[in-house]
Amino acid sequence: MFEATDQTRRKQRQEKAIQYLLTAMTTIIVLPLLLIIFYLLYKAAPILSLEFLFENPIHGMRAGGIWAPLLGTIYLVLISLLIATPVGIFAAIYLNEYSRESWMTRVINLAVVNLAGVPSIVHALFGLGAFVLFAGIGRSILAASLTLAIMTLPVIIASTKESLAAVPHSFREACWNVGATRWQTIRHVVLPNSISGILTGVILQVSRAAGETAPVMFTGAVFFKAIQTGDPFAYGLLDQCMALSMHLFTISTQVPDVPEALTYGTAVVLLGVVLLFNALAIFLRVKLRGKKKW
Amino acid sequence: MTSSRRHLEPLKEWLIERFIWLCGVSAIFFVFAIFVFVFREGAEYFFNGFKAGEFFSSIEWYPTSRTHVRYGALALITGTFSVSFLSMFIAVPFGLGAAVFISEFCPPRLKEGLKIVIELLAAIPSVVWGFIGLTIMNSLIVQLFNAPLGLNMLNGAIILALMSVPIIVSIGEDALKAVPDSYREAALALGCTRWQMVFRVLLPAARNGLLAAVLLGIGRAVGETMAVLMATGHSIRIPRGVLEPVRTLTATIAAELGEAPVHSEHYQVLFIIGILLFTITFVINITADLIVRGIGKK
Repeated sequence: MFEATDQTRRKQRQEKAIQYLLTAMTTIIVLPLLLIIFYLLYKAAPILSLEFLFENPIHGMRAGGIWAPLLGTIYLVLISLLIATPVGIFAAIYLNEYSRESWMTRVINLAVVNLAGVPSIVHALFGLGAFVLFAGIGRSILAASLTLAIMTLPVIIASTKESLAAVPHSFREACWNVGATRWQTIRHVVLPNSISGILTGVILQVSRAAGETAPVMFTGAVFFKAIQTGDPFAYGLLDQCMALSMHLFTISTQVPDVPEALTYGTAVVLLGVVLLFNALAIFLRVKLRGKKKW
Repeated sequence: MTSSRRHLEPLKEWLIERFIWLCGVSAIFFVFAIFVFVFREGAEYFFNGFKAGEFFSSIEWYPTSRTHVRYGALALITGTFSVSFLSMFIAVPFGLGAAVFISEFCPPRLKEGLKIVIELLAAIPSVVWGFIGLTIMNSLIVQLFNAPLGLNMLNGAIILALMSVPIIVSIGEDALKAVPDSYREAALALGCTRWQMVFRVLLPAARNGLLAAVLLGIGRAVGETMAVLMATGHSIRIPRGVLEPVRTLTATIAAELGEAPVHSEHYQVLFIIGILLFTITFVINITADLIVRGIGKK
């Protein structure tokens, strides 16, 4: 009497089929990440060593290591970080703590979304037009870092805003009630309570800036530049530099007869740096969520 | 606190608040500056001698010809849109399918793991994607489809699909999460299976958010540079099939800007292409934002 009817059974079959289909679709999206990482590691294995990191590219970039591009990327990332972090954090403070629902806030939010959506090559054109030519900085680490900073600004604004919004409003009210000003409240209550979330955003910004190629290609990064190995201050602010991302592009498309392991090794280091910083940000966020008491 | 410091407090507060306001509006300033500076570099030629008719209707792109320089970008525009739409053809079903799976079907523990993997997928730099297209996808396509060239529209589209899937999944999942649980409970109480609930109730309710997710995916695909530069084969023509090489607007700028002498005609045309790209992504982003806000109002 309680046997399933044909219709119920059909429904159950359909349900099962759909579940399998969706699982398969998700797997197909997720699987490439793992396959790609393993394949790249497998191909790069013969060359990966500490010497690979600390030696300069030699023989027309067909041998040697990646010291010059690696150091260039570190410079670009750190300087863009120094520029974008304060601006991004204060912009997020404005959006979350000061502004009210108004057309102005709306326009700022739209601008942030658009800034994130501008193609990277257009950022490159902007950097070239504004910093290299108009401001007269010339192709340099400074010009490239400024371009990267503007490009990564939305990353830090978005994550800072999110972590500021997570601080309960009652914390602020309690602080105002004892007579603190708006800024004092932010400085002594809101920021200390959201600092780890802000840090997550900064780490994500590092990961984003390290991987970008197009914006630095015409503003400061060059195909090849010889620098002293082992000297961490080999680049000056107004020098041009090599960059890991552009180096990968160069040796995989522009230079003939580069040994395979060399290109795979460069790709693995670049991917490794980016994924490492991302994993760090994710780890921090997960840990944070567990610790939060409100 | 001494009285002199107390006098300074309001001033300090005022200064800091001005600074915060300045940083707040900086995003508007930067978007505006991007338009102004990119346009400024191409303006001279844009107002003198730029043939918009040729630009949009001719496929003859010969910027360095000695005898007859032509800037017909039609093949580049079709290149950009054909690769983008082919990639969306792949990315939209998979992206939305994964969003539904993550939001409605999968157990909570797995959900966290999947979201992390998707986030990492989004973090892979475009030049690494390009490298993957150049090496792994290249040989896969030659073997699987017997194609003469592995660097073609399909290669670029698959790479772009993998790049834009994370956006579609994360925004799509947000949209599904925003549907109130009471909708789900009502549907299940009426005897719906989970899939019927998803198909008849959730998808219509989250329609706008899902549409925005797809739009932002398209925006990402249209603006992508390094991956398509390396994976699509770089040949200027209107593609007749998915296994033909194409060239996009973004790739053209990246490939030619280095060789075009500063302030030459060719250089300025590349900046005009930049403005075209800026306009396309601007419209896509504003539309997506308006659609999302549309839900907020309801």
